[in-house]
Amino acid sequence: MDWRFWLIQTFNGISYGALLFLLGSGLSLIFGVMRIVNLSHGSYFLLGGYVALSVILATGSWVLAIPIAALSIALVGLLMERLFLRRLGFDPLRQVLLTVGFAFLFQQAALDIWGGDNRDIVPPASLTQTAVVGGLHLPGYRVFMIAMAAAIGLILWLVMEHTRLGAAVRATVDDAQMARGVGIDTSRISMFIFALGAFLAGLGGVIGGGFLGVYPGLDFQILPIAFAVVIIGGMGSLGGAAIGSLLVGIADNFGKALFPEISYFTLYAPMALILAVRPTGLFGRE
Amino acid sequence: MTSRTKAVAVAGVLLGLALIAPFTDAFVILLITRALILAILAMSLDILLGFTGLPSLGQAAYLGIGAYLTAILATKFNFGLGWSFWVVVVLGILLAAATAAFFGLFAVRASGVYFLMITLALGQCVWGLAYRWNSMTGGDNGINLPGRPAFGIQLSSDVAYFYVVFGFFALSLLMLYVLVKSPFGRSLEGIREREVRMRTLGYNTWLHKYLAFIIAGGFGGLAGVLWAHANGHVSPEDVVLTTSVDALLMVVLGGPGTLVGGAIGAAAVLFLREYLSTLVAWWQYVLGAVYILTILYLPDGLMGVATRLRRSSIALGRPEDAKHPVIS
Repeated sequence: MDWRFWLIQTFNGISYGALLFLLGSGLSLIFGVMRIVNLSHGSYFLLGGYVALSVILATGSWVLAIPIAALSIALVGLLMERLFLRRLGFDPLRQVLLTVGFAFLFQQAALDIWGGDNRDIVPPASLTQTAVVGGLHLPGYRVFMIAMAAAIGLILWLVMEHTRLGAAVRATVDDAQMARGVGIDTSRISMFIFALGAFLAGLGGVIGGGFLGVYPGLDFQILPIAFAVVIIGGMGSLGGAAIGSLLVGIADNFGKALFPEISYFTLYAPMALILAVRPTGLFGRE
Repeated sequence: MTSRTKAVAVAGVLLGLALIAPFTDAFVILLITRALILAILAMSLDILLGFTGLPSLGQAAYLGIGAYLTAILATKFNFGLGWSFWVVVVLGILLAAATAAFFGLFAVRASGVYFLMITLALGQCVWGLAYRWNSMTGGDNGINLPGRPAFGIQLSSDVAYFYVVFGFFALSLLMLYVLVKSPFGRSLEGIREREVRMRTLGYNTWLHKYLAFIIAGGFGGLAGVLWAHANGHVSPEDVVLTTSVDALLMVVLGGPGTLVGGAIGAAAVLFLREYLSTLVAWWQYVLGAVYILTILYLPDGLMGVATRLRRSSIALGRPEDAKHPVIS
């Protein structure tokens, strides 16, 4: 194992982490703002990939598939929040079971519409070339994933830190009651955040479809990993989600390469430990 | 209904089940056997969720520990296939309880949504080992058991095995019933209702919750041992997140804090997953709908419906009572 092994594995870890950021940042925002434990989040990811497949089949355009898939999933999330989750109030157990119920509905619907085969989203040829940097072969698609996550992260950060809307969201995370008291419409903020979270998950599903594939069962496979990202980074914090996804991405890659037999254990054990010692996560807002 | 008539009703239903089951076909007997095993799991979770107010999202871990222990002992050490089956039952309970004792050190400190998250993480640790630790657990393929134990009686007969499981179920129900009616069980309910007050009254609430967590783990382990022999196969699917969520649904659907409700819920969920799925391809729509409708319209589960009906029939002359169904 020379230095190349470490560099390539780190690069792979970062690119996987980039994908996890798209998935985890939405989940983290939803949790931070609304305290909703959303077990449909993996389904949003999977449905995003499937919708993109249909758009590509109909129009042949991968570029067009990204916004259409992400926006349709945002709409799904919006409707779920408005019509169902809103009625529950703050009760984590009922939220969990309701969102799982939807996850099962989505699973069956995906099976009925898109079938049970493993599918792949084929990105444009320009993204599938391999870049050679200093003797290292870097797959272009992984570079693209990192760039995409960085761009999305930057936009989210600018919105959260430098706009009025972002300030209202942060106020709602910190103290929803006070936020309502100073005239922030927290109900509308919640709706916006839930739709945004679903949007990001759907987007992640399209991007991830060219990397992980799109197949039945992906939803519940990716869901606990998204929770690991959120927990390790800290709920409701964008920076936390970024660091959490990088840590999980890198840990997952090295775990699988170095000690495959306990690779998932090395992912979830730190998650449990962090929760026990510091429930707000490494970088969560107090 | 007084608690005496309730007990008589439950005993009557169980007796009826024990008498009728052998005369049904093999598929139905196995279905009932599996429902009874999952009922033990659901009742173990009810101790946490219904009586102590701790929603665990990782109860499948203990089922998995009992099941994998049974399978590994049987295939690697050829142990547990004769009289030693009873030793495996004890070992399964002890190992699951010991795991719960270790996990509980992390989990019991947390409450509410953090408890959900931490039990999810701990459950995923067990799943990760089951899924990846190929040399021990067979990884994705799981482990096939060589066959059910035989000690004078051949448990390979589905009817004989049904009676063994039935016995364990009845015993578990009785023991858990005694537990929740004991002063210890009453204190758990006090913690569920208002933990701060119980602490002010001088109860060590952490210790109560910790013990409840261990007891629930032990019964989960028992269910696991029985589960492995019922299916003849263990796999990571037994430990997966959806199994833990199913267990939660069983309790909530049946009615939390009633024990029997968990058993009814287990039967209903297993019926959907194992029977309806053989009839129609779209059974998951029904399962998803059951989840959603239970949450929206059955806050106290099926057992709560019975209570509500009775109340409204009593309260016919006093309509104002009927307007206030119990909401916990």
